[in-house]
Amino acid sequence: MKKIASYAELNAARAACKPLLALREENTRSGQKRELLVCGGTGCQSSESAAILENLHREILAAGLADKASAQITGCFGFCEKGPIVKIFPDDVFYTEVKPEDAREIVESHLRDNAVVRRLLYEDPAHPGVLIERQSDMNFYKKQLRIALENCGRINPELIEEYVAAEGYQGLARCLDKMTPEEVIKEVTDSGLSGRGGAGFPTGVKWAAAAAQPEGKKYMVCNADEGDPGAFMDRSILEGDPHSVIEGMLIAAYAFGADQGFVYIRAEYPLAIRRLSLAVEQARAAGLLGRNILGSSFSFDLELKYGAGAFVCGEETALLRSIEGGRGEPTPKPPFPAEQGLWHKPTIINNVETLANVPKILRRGAGWFSGIGSEKSKGTKVFALAGKINNVGLVEVPMGITLREIIYEIGGGIKNGKKLKAVQTGGPSGGCISEENMDIKIDYQSLSSIGSMMGSGGMIVMDEDNCMVDIAKFYLEFTMDESCGKCTPCRVGNLRLHEILDEITKGLGTPEHLEKLRSLGQIIQDTALCALGQTAPNPVLSTMRFFSQEYDAHVYEKRCPAGVCRELLDFFITEACIGCGKCLKNCPASCIGGERKQRHVIDPGACIKCGTCAGACPVKAIIRK
Amino acid sequence: MPQSPQGEDCKKLAAFLDSSIDSSGRNESALIKTLYEAQRIFGYLPKEAVFLISERLNVAVSKVYGVISFYSFFTTKPKGRYQVKVCLGTACFVRGAEKIARELESRLGIKLGETSLDRKFSLESLRCVGACGLAPVTLVNGKGYGRLEVKDIGPMLEQYTDGKS
Repeated sequence: MKKIASYAELNAARAACKPLLALREENTRSGQKRELLVCGGTGCQSSESAAILENLHREILAAGLADKASAQITGCFGFCEKGPIVKIFPDDVFYTEVKPEDAREIVESHLRDNAVVRRLLYEDPAHPGVLIERQSDMNFYKKQLRIALENCGRINPELIEEYVAAEGYQGLARCLDKMTPEEVIKEVTDSGLSGRGGAGFPTGVKWAAAAAQPEGKKYMVCNADEGDPGAFMDRSILEGDPHSVIEGMLIAAYAFGADQGFVYIRAEYPLAIRRLSLAVEQARAAGLLGRNILGSSFSFDLELKYGAGAFVCGEETALLRSIEGGRGEPTPKPPFPAEQGLWHKPTIINNVETLANVPKILRRGAGWFSGIGSEKSKGTKVFALAGKINNVGLVEVPMGITLREIIYEIGGGIKNGKKLKAVQTGGPSGGCISEENMDIKIDYQSLSSIGSMMGSGGMIVMDEDNCMVDIAKFYLEFTMDESCGKCTPCRVGNLRLHEILDEITKGLGTPEHLEKLRSLGQIIQDTALCALGQTAPNPVLSTMRFFSQEYDAHVYEKRCPAGVCRELLDFFITEACIGCGKCLKNCPASCIGGERKQRHVIDPGACIKCGTCAGACPVKAIIRK
Repeated sequence: MPQSPQGEDCKKLAAFLDSSIDSSGRNESALIKTLYEAQRIFGYLPKEAVFLISERLNVAVSKVYGVISFYSFFTTKPKGRYQVKVCLGTACFVRGAEKIARELESRLGIKLGETSLDRKFSLESLRCVGACGLAPVTLVNGKGYGRLEVKDIGPMLEQYTDGKS
């Protein structure tokens, strides 16, 4: 794209690029021209979506349809469970689990003969046999409201022209042309936007704190060090709509007076790095990064800094130390980064999803945004739905929706018809929510009131086969591993919590252990230096609160109700045994006996509880109890 | 002076340092980026590389090692030709990633974090690759294997016998 030097030129570019999206904006089955968008997110790419695209190109040429159809990549559709996804515009037809070899049938049947390829349609798990053709008819999408993910699945993230056609950089242009920095801050404050990285601090208030600092060097930082296991919303935004993050950073920088920025991004996200780097180059070439942006006196440029695998670097003071090139150890606040951040200069750190919301607020106004959501939390939140749920994927919903709506209506319920046990939100800093709280309206306040937190938006669904003590231990293992070691409560305290949990899962737990878990957990919450340490006991304390009966079963009855903790299990061969001898042959401890074609028996004294026999049994006659 | 492969790698690193040293003197902030590049060149961070970086960026060796040991991405030990990384993020964990990890350990005869003596395989755990729809996930030299079950591990590893990559 050639250099854009003013608001008028941006509008001209938008008008010129608009036809790029024409087919995607109409919603008719014209049958004349069609466009195919193939999901190019990390999940679908690991299932060969690049090969699908290549084959589609080839088949379109081979079928002589080059003037009637085209195919390109887009960002994550969010329906990762059934990826790779191919969507056909303007028909709104949504193909799932597409394989590279399906390209020919899609082209010849759908594009040439106007016949939908029925075997690639989505089948509603609640209504077997019912195939859903249109994306807009899928329950997964009906309750969603996409703002931060607006362009994911709609534009090609590698083309700035498509972003500009989709109203891109209009929010920035409006700021530079019509608004003072104070007005921009007021607009964002009035919108009610708050930090999507976890804590939920009001974004406008944060900017105002940096704007109030004396003039001089200031920095704008985007925190893209998405570390919560099971959360991938920031990655999807960076892969699917990188320009929205750049535009958000530009608007923030204008508002509080920064001229230099950094994106601190996880090195484990190579695709996001590639797309973002490409977007930065394109924005620079178009004059949207650099000196005198859109002909104004505002100048700003940014560069990428890679995180090197340290969870604590998501904490803002630790992140700043890491950008400076040191060990990512947190420092006490105050001073807050808005006062003294990078190289002791005022610095604002915003998360990816927060920044992706900013351009839309400036385009459509604070009133529009604050009209969405619950009374106290405005706008939408992106959740990464994962675990034992039918529709694993990325969903964006208005604040105030209930967990039940997310799990059952959007998520399609629990896998294999099992019973829901808990939903974990907030990652290693959050807590587990039990069935009785499924109807709570989700926002920052309600989640903290039940001992969990919004966090960055990971939402892991667990069923009756998950042991809550084991889950608490899993999270502590994580925080213990990721503790930077600077302060004692986190370094030593979490280690002790883990030791206690380990004993409980091994059948060595005592009632005193439970009391110790509680009191030590509270002490760590009160005394650790940074948010990582302070929140590390949350998974333990919240599971103790809502699933105390499971802790009791482990401690008093030496029993794991979910059948997970190996030391507490006995393997047992039921009457279903056909006497094939497979278990006997595979048993490493040689503790299974029995005649051929007769029921076998496990010697519980010699059994090492490895579970090999259960895996080897062809008729599932070996159970744990 | 005889040319060892290490010597070649040192030259490459020196060339990178020549091209990237910041004239502003804020060299410490280039440290992590430089360590990345060095690890890309050598496959790990040998002493020679660390000393060279320390000297050229004017950052104390102790400080460079402090940074290396802090971040899990960096390693001072050579890795195997096939790097097997099993995701132990939450989504994979609740879908049975532990069993996958145990199976990998027993098949490869090494524990998580170790490299086999013939340097063919190294085994590591990962914290979420963000492909939770495919959970549980394992990567071998960057190629993803999803929705794994214990019985898939043998066939997956068999693809990485000698002569193939």
